[in-house]
Amino acid sequence: MTRRRWLRRVKRIALYAGAALFTLFAIFPFYWMLLTAFKTNRDLYVGATDLSHIPWIFNEPPTLQHVQLLFLGTPYLTWVRNTVLVGAAVVVITLVCAVPAGYSLARLSGRWGERLGIGIFLTYLVPPTLLFIPFARVIALLGLQNSPWALVLIYPTFTIPFCTWLLMGFFRSIPRDIEEQGLIDGYSRWGVIRAIVLPLAVSGILTAVIFAFTLVLQEFVYALTFISSVGKMTVSLGVPVALVRGDVFYWGSLMAAALITSIPIAIVYNLFIDRFIAGLTAGAVKG
Amino acid sequence: MGYVEARSLHKHFGEVRAVDGVDLDVKEGELLVLLGPSGCGKTTLMRMIAGLEIPTAGEIYIAGELVDQDVPPRARGIAMVFQSYALYPHKTAFQNIAFPLEALRKPPAEIKRSVDWGAGMFGIRHLLGRRPRQLSGGERQRVALARSVVREPRVFLFDEPLSNLDAQLRAVARFELKQFQRQIGTTTIYVTHDQIEAMGLGDRIAVMNRGKVRQIGTPQEVYNYPADTFVATFLGSPPMNLVPRDVHTIIGFRPETFLPKSAFPADVHVETFQLRVREVEHLGSDRLVYGSLEGFQGEAPVISDIPSTITMPIAEGETYPFAVARPNLRTFDAQTGFRRDDRAA
Amino acid sequence: MTALRREAHPSLAPPAIFRRRTLADREDLLGRIMLAPALIYVIVLVGAPLLLAVLLSFSASFAGSLEFRWIGLRNFASILADSQFRLALRNTTLFTVISQILVMILAVTAAHILEAAFAGRRVVRFLLLLPWAVPVSLAAMAWTWIFDSTFSVINWTLKVTGLLSGWFYWFGDPTLAMIAIITVHVWRMFPFATVIVLAGMTAVPQDIREAAVIDGASFWRRLFQVNLPLLLPIITVSVLFGVVFTSTDLGVVWLLTRGGPYNSTHVLSTLAFQRGILGANLGQGASIAIFLLPVLFLAAVGMLRVARRTEVGA
Repeated sequence: MTRRRWLRRVKRIALYAGAALFTLFAIFPFYWMLLTAFKTNRDLYVGATDLSHIPWIFNEPPTLQHVQLLFLGTPYLTWVRNTVLVGAAVVVITLVCAVPAGYSLARLSGRWGERLGIGIFLTYLVPPTLLFIPFARVIALLGLQNSPWALVLIYPTFTIPFCTWLLMGFFRSIPRDIEEQGLIDGYSRWGVIRAIVLPLAVSGILTAVIFAFTLVLQEFVYALTFISSVGKMTVSLGVPVALVRGDVFYWGSLMAAALITSIPIAIVYNLFIDRFIAGLTAGAVKG
Repeated sequence: MGYVEARSLHKHFGEVRAVDGVDLDVKEGELLVLLGPSGCGKTTLMRMIAGLEIPTAGEIYIAGELVDQDVPPRARGIAMVFQSYALYPHKTAFQNIAFPLEALRKPPAEIKRSVDWGAGMFGIRHLLGRRPRQLSGGERQRVALARSVVREPRVFLFDEPLSNLDAQLRAVARFELKQFQRQIGTTTIYVTHDQIEAMGLGDRIAVMNRGKVRQIGTPQEVYNYPADTFVATFLGSPPMNLVPRDVHTIIGFRPETFLPKSAFPADVHVETFQLRVREVEHLGSDRLVYGSLEGFQGEAPVISDIPSTITMPIAEGETYPFAVARPNLRTFDAQTGFRRDDRAA
Repeated sequence: MTALRREAHPSLAPPAIFRRRTLADREDLLGRIMLAPALIYVIVLVGAPLLLAVLLSFSASFAGSLEFRWIGLRNFASILADSQFRLALRNTTLFTVISQILVMILAVTAAHILEAAFAGRRVVRFLLLLPWAVPVSLAAMAWTWIFDSTFSVINWTLKVTGLLSGWFYWFGDPTLAMIAIITVHVWRMFPFATVIVLAGMTAVPQDIREAAVIDGASFWRRLFQVNLPLLLPIITVSVLFGVVFTSTDLGVVWLLTRGGPYNSTHVLSTLAFQRGILGANLGQGASIAIFLLPVLFLAAVGMLRVARRTEVGA
């Protein structure tokens, strides 16, 4: 083998090794979640000082008891229900506000529309860990402490900016020509929106719905601040805070819950990541 | 009064004067071409007539009726075909063509009849069930045309509808479009940057540059009697030769009128020049001779377009006597660029 | 010279059904009406609370009552004198800066590795999105379990490979706790950053990079003088997002350490939460959280700059 060919092969191996290392770093916690979720307690709770016991494999056959406990013995399903209800309400509010706003900024606003678009997007950057203080006062005033309605009220503050920006990009991608053709063919601007733009934007609206829902699913700070009863918690709050007896966490069930929640979100992100990045890289200005 | 009229029309985008004082008069039933380089304002002008842009100043009349901000595009009795054809991607060809009729709330039976008639006119009946993405460029163009025809508009507006077709298809489509317009007789305004297309299609051509109309006339008029140096060089390929005779005057002559002196019969009045040949291109049907004129200040580069019927050998590097028949010579004012001539269009 | 016609056209007036301009045509009005709900929501529920946060920081307000007493700069004076606050400020900066530097190095490296055309690239990309897809609280719990003092699988692995002689009590030791927190931040963000940089790399025209290769530039030269500068806008956006999300994070620190051990790992967010919400001292909580604003402001400015530069077509 020539020296060059040898060098290339080494380079290839190094490349694959590097990629494997990175992927491993990103993935091993999930593997660990998987193991924890399905290992028997005997296999799981072995002090790590015992070097003869290998924690990285199933030393005993896997068990479904943690998953069963999660669904049958903990409020997990209640939390899922709460999350779905809050999510649905938030998605509705978000769509009602973000769809027209996205179109308006994309087509009807001219110069100041660009500025407003950026402005709205920037509000997405205002963190919950700053706003939760004044919100505490507002929620107290409204008497919504410990109520999921507090979340329904507050969550749109980040889903609306995000989805408006997302939808702005979708509406911009519909060729202007087609809308103008509609104007000439016999519709008013409103008619064109109804008859031509909305049908073409369905995939965009769907994307917005899904992202809004995942944003709700991931939110922790506001839920921690405003919900105290276990029965009213969302998944993102209940799992870390209430899957515990005294000082001891139900690790098996905890990790099962973490897995169950992450995989659908990851699938969704994977499907829409290209569009999301396209919007991101073009700057907040150009959708 | 013309069928479509523009009076002192202006459109300014901030500092930019896209349309800078245009007066236009389109005769009923004619095909008027708006010709000019990109950025000259032709599309903006058309969009104002369509109602897609509001003029900054000036008025527009269609069939004698003032159309302004209060008259939206759908109320102007126009149909427009965009360069991209703007077919609704989520609808079939049938639904695309039917769309304007549905907006008019016509009964379904009548819609079907009209769509059939329109599709038949362009030979696309067999394509009615397809979606735009399943159609070729030429087929899409026909669907767009059928859609524009079914509502029996007063005016057609075409914005470069042939530029997305490949060159071969374009010539055929151009011919068919002209036939179609002749047959249906509707007033048509047609925008293009392609001067060959303009010459082939137009009953009259309005040559535009930088927001102003430089000349309106029949193809022959704008070609043979260009109003200024811009029109002279924009039309014709290769463009008209322009040579400064002195500080005040530029003379112009078309390459095909600029031939070896020996090619002219003795009794024709000619103006003679000495041409030093730089390069000769053999194009089959013609020869293009690139060179410069002797006895003029500066370069004076010129082109001669010799048909193959004249076989006199031309060698690079040599100098030959070339001539232009007097009636084919034009003079332009060197300051303003306007044609200075007793000969009116 | 008029065109030939089949027959004379009757005067084709536009159909009566098309009235003149209606409300549905007024694009300016339509634009404003359609924008209104979102704008109102954002102004009332983001803008106003932001203002309220600033006002609260200048007041003595407590969660029990609705009173509001102006006390000027006293909140600020007391927290600046508080060593825990200064520590929290330092920690916020430290965690953010270190984790973002690591994220960037890892992301750029990983992106370059992944870019070399690759079987299974889609699968790898899916896997790389998992850390970002996990809700932050659940990821924090997973890592709490991984770093657990009795059962830590990391300790086991390090011990088995001989790299560890003692024992790591991750959450019992301030330094180890900080390392744990930074690790989680890096773990969460670097895969997402990699995907972004990768996307940015594919957006960079291939010919520019090939030209550099043909011109004979060495690998390092190419990296620093051609590839990285071209990637700068997207790296900037990625860094800015990372800075914002890391510096304002509550979940990771709270769930891992609750700010301990001995309040040594508090960041601004967790301290604001502890004092303002748990301790019900809204005024003080607000004054702590306000310190997050400069970072946000700089990030916003940074993003606008990048947006403008890409608009101009740099």
